[in-house]
Amino acid sequence: MTPRISRLAMALAFAGGVAAAPVAAEARSTPQAASQAAPQDDAELEKLTSAVASQLRCPVCQGLSIEDSPTELARDMRAVVREQLAAGKSPEEVKAYFVSKYGEWILLEPEPRGLNLAVYLLPVLALAGGATVIVRSVRRWTGASAADHADS
Amino acid sequence: MNLRSVLIAILVTVPLVAVFLYGMRSDPRIVPPAIPGQPAPDFALARMPMTPGEEPSDTVRLSDYRGKVVVLNFWASWCVPCRVEHPELVAVAREYRDRGVVFLGILYNDQVSNARAWLEEMGGEEYPTLLDPGTRTAIDYGLTGVPETVIIDRNGIVRFKRIGIVNREMLVREVEPLLADQEVVGP
Amino acid sequence: MISTLGFGTIAVALALSVYGAVAAVVGVRTRRPELVQSASLAAYVNFGLLAIANLAMVYALVVHDFSVSYVAQVGSRSTPLFITIISLWSALEGSILFWGLVLAAYTAAAVYVHRNHPGPLVPYATAAMLSVGAFFYMLLVGPANPFEAVWPVPPDGPGPNPLLQNHILMAVHPPLLYLGYVGMTVPFAFAIGALLSGELDATWIRMTRRWTVTAWIFLSLAIVAGMWWSYEVLGWAGYWAWDPVENASFMPWLTATAFLHSVMVQERREMLRVWNLSLIVSTFLLTILGTFLTRSGIVQSVHAFTQGTIGYYFIAFIAVGLVFSLILLTGRGAELRSPGNLDSALSRETVFFFNNLILTAFTFTVLLGTLYPIVAEALRGVKVSVGAPFYNKMTLPLCMALLFLLGVGPALPWRRAEPDVLRRKLVIPGVAFLAVAGASLALGLRQPYTILTFGFAAFVLCVTLGEFAAGARARMRAHGESALVALGRLINANRRRYGGYIAHLGVVSMAVGIAASSTFQSTRDVTLRPGQSVRAGRYDVRFDQLWAQNEPHRFVVGADLTVLIEGREVGRLAPRLNFYGDRDEPITTPAVRTRPDEDLYINLMAFERDGSSATFQIIIEPMVVWIWIGGGIIGLGGLVAVLPGRRRREVAVAADTYPVAAGKGGDV
Repeated sequence: MTPRISRLAMALAFAGGVAAAPVAAEARSTPQAASQAAPQDDAELEKLTSAVASQLRCPVCQGLSIEDSPTELARDMRAVVREQLAAGKSPEEVKAYFVSKYGEWILLEPEPRGLNLAVYLLPVLALAGGATVIVRSVRRWTGASAADHADS
Repeated sequence: MNLRSVLIAILVTVPLVAVFLYGMRSDPRIVPPAIPGQPAPDFALARMPMTPGEEPSDTVRLSDYRGKVVVLNFWASWCVPCRVEHPELVAVAREYRDRGVVFLGILYNDQVSNARAWLEEMGGEEYPTLLDPGTRTAIDYGLTGVPETVIIDRNGIVRFKRIGIVNREMLVREVEPLLADQEVVGP
Repeated sequence: MISTLGFGTIAVALALSVYGAVAAVVGVRTRRPELVQSASLAAYVNFGLLAIANLAMVYALVVHDFSVSYVAQVGSRSTPLFITIISLWSALEGSILFWGLVLAAYTAAAVYVHRNHPGPLVPYATAAMLSVGAFFYMLLVGPANPFEAVWPVPPDGPGPNPLLQNHILMAVHPPLLYLGYVGMTVPFAFAIGALLSGELDATWIRMTRRWTVTAWIFLSLAIVAGMWWSYEVLGWAGYWAWDPVENASFMPWLTATAFLHSVMVQERREMLRVWNLSLIVSTFLLTILGTFLTRSGIVQSVHAFTQGTIGYYFIAFIAVGLVFSLILLTGRGAELRSPGNLDSALSRETVFFFNNLILTAFTFTVLLGTLYPIVAEALRGVKVSVGAPFYNKMTLPLCMALLFLLGVGPALPWRRAEPDVLRRKLVIPGVAFLAVAGASLALGLRQPYTILTFGFAAFVLCVTLGEFAAGARARMRAHGESALVALGRLINANRRRYGGYIAHLGVVSMAVGIAASSTFQSTRDVTLRPGQSVRAGRYDVRFDQLWAQNEPHRFVVGADLTVLIEGREVGRLAPRLNFYGDRDEPITTPAVRTRPDEDLYINLMAFERDGSSATFQIIIEPMVVWIWIGGGIIGLGGLVAVLPGRRRREVAVAADTYPVAAGKGGDV
């Protein structure tokens, strides 16, 4: 085997290994068919409930969402989310309900309005600004280097 | 060390320190309740019977008490601070019963047998205890734990919510002004 | 007696620190080396003093001397011995006492190792370290005094926080964290020394490189240990909640990582000098910020130790440190601005610039998110939460960019990359990326970040392993060594570079573990009677029985479960609920079965007192163990990079400083 082919083979083997792992993981952890416990309802509803519940804060935990928290209150709140979604409310309406009961604090992510926009915009601006500085500096520095070489 | 350096240093440090100092003065764990000022959500809950084995039959609705001042107390038998406040609630309930104030207890995340035993131990039932399976009503009132006490005026508006123990002074202070309210009759 | 001894030693240490800091500075400015010597001596003595104080405290804890305030606070006769010893760092005052010891140790060691370095750099650095020490010792004799005398002496104590008693990792996480945090004081002090002494070339970096990497290793391990602890103990099968205190440990790690990369640019090109100084100053201040957030009570957190006045002291320290550093940096800044030149935009230097940009932007985002609730309350009067959804949304793109750079960086040489060579190097990794990403899509995976993570993981693996392979092959050809020997010698000859590559592999392992465990997690709740089983994934979980046990410090209810795969018994699990005397809610201890492919994670949620049924939460989470393994690999990589080299290294370093020919990318 020439060095290049052996290298290719090795690389593909590792890539295959990396690919195999998550594939196997996906195949295995897909929930098996129903069992003794309560039947799974509409899978879509469950997914949506999880999505909305992940955005609501558990009032008795430290920073966990009601989706993640194993506490009683979190589970009851999650059930409320599910009920309301099943009744046709939109995710926004469900969140608004909880905000009216608990305050803005119940949302795990500040609503992008008013002052809150700062947390979203400032990092982006910083990143853009920094990238601009780098691009300009690299241009300048390679320009200077080219000039050096040109002189010498 | 020049002026520019000092200015930059101050410009960066002062806002940061201001944020920290403000943070020191407020308790991050206290979240002011959102529900005061809003109309009290109606509910229809079963009354917990005090006789063992008896099935709950009475349904109590908040709207039944329109025109009266209503004090809702969320509690549980496993809740230690609830023991501390219960005697005070009972005392004020007795005192104000004839003045148009209704006290209702709402059980949170507990078993009926435990709750009954707890009430017996504390001197018997003074006012009805309502059962809230699934915690729907508690969540409707923005519950974050027990004990919590909510006071509703004659027009069905939540006027006060306390997260934590209440005492006689607090209850009287909040209830008295509401007694003077006239009920606003709807259009 | 212990109280007096403890308090006394710290008071002396405080006095010596103040003396030493002043003596070092005065000695340097008035050219009196004996004063500088006395400062060094002070550093050595301080180490002895803090050692005595810590040993005294451990002794007091073990013998249950409740006349000492800290022992009365966290000690208990019913706590097992091991837990008693490690409760040294379980609460505020003890943790600062321990911090003081680690700081004194680092200071003494740094002073000793560099005792022969000529010039004012080291004395200034010594003064800086002693000043930091003085702050902590002042806390220990003031607001955070663990040695206060308690009268009347209580007969027993409440014991340490129960959450801290459930798992062995509690012994490990805080010391690792402090060794990391405190370790950053050394490069910081030398940076200050460099600024004050004017020795602003890469000398201070070279002198402190191993200290920085060592501290970084500890910090990395500490963060991963904390994640592991969270996962095993807290019951939600998660390992990172963007909790403010988690963020507090993560931010200095981010800037320190940026620093580790950008100093390489300074060492070769004498560029980024101000930037590097700023980075290490930021790293140090972020470690103090981290301590502040944990102890001040200004943010709500799982970890928060306490609320009290100690926060004000930290605010003052941060303010003074920030002002002082900023004045120095901006004052000397003009002098430091080097002309700077770059051979080509297509070079490792450029990759490092972007690496720094992303890591710094990441830090900024996390800092903003952590502090915003306070700002919002101050300016809007409303409490808001900033939690996982925000951080994930804002930082996942950055993580993807970092993964990309992780692959591109090693493929690009220093100075200038030849486009053809680069193309050849990246073809296979590129194909790997597409193959894995494509395969993921084909198999039904739709989450973009997960697909990208797997794709980039393949990409980085190929590039990195390709570098190892190419280097080893060259040696095999040149020296006729076998593959394994060649690999070993290759790593040994370029520890810094290959140690770094090993650490990169660790990062990839963590990334894959995090992506897989988040995306493919499944949960279900089930109530079982004894004897009943439930099917979850490929497992059958059978509930055998409920049991209860009275321990001196708690009451435990547990469930015995048997795990079967296709009828064959493969393991037993026993999740528990622990009831501690003074707390209402029990603390769950989940039971976890860890395998390379997935974890089976079970919580006991509720039970009937008569044992007739119990409710369980069964979680299947794939590839979690690769997160912990990845953390270990990162530590290993760091270790390889930090091991002392032979004479050859000195020559190599000199060759770098006087670049001879442009040529192909140099070593390291």
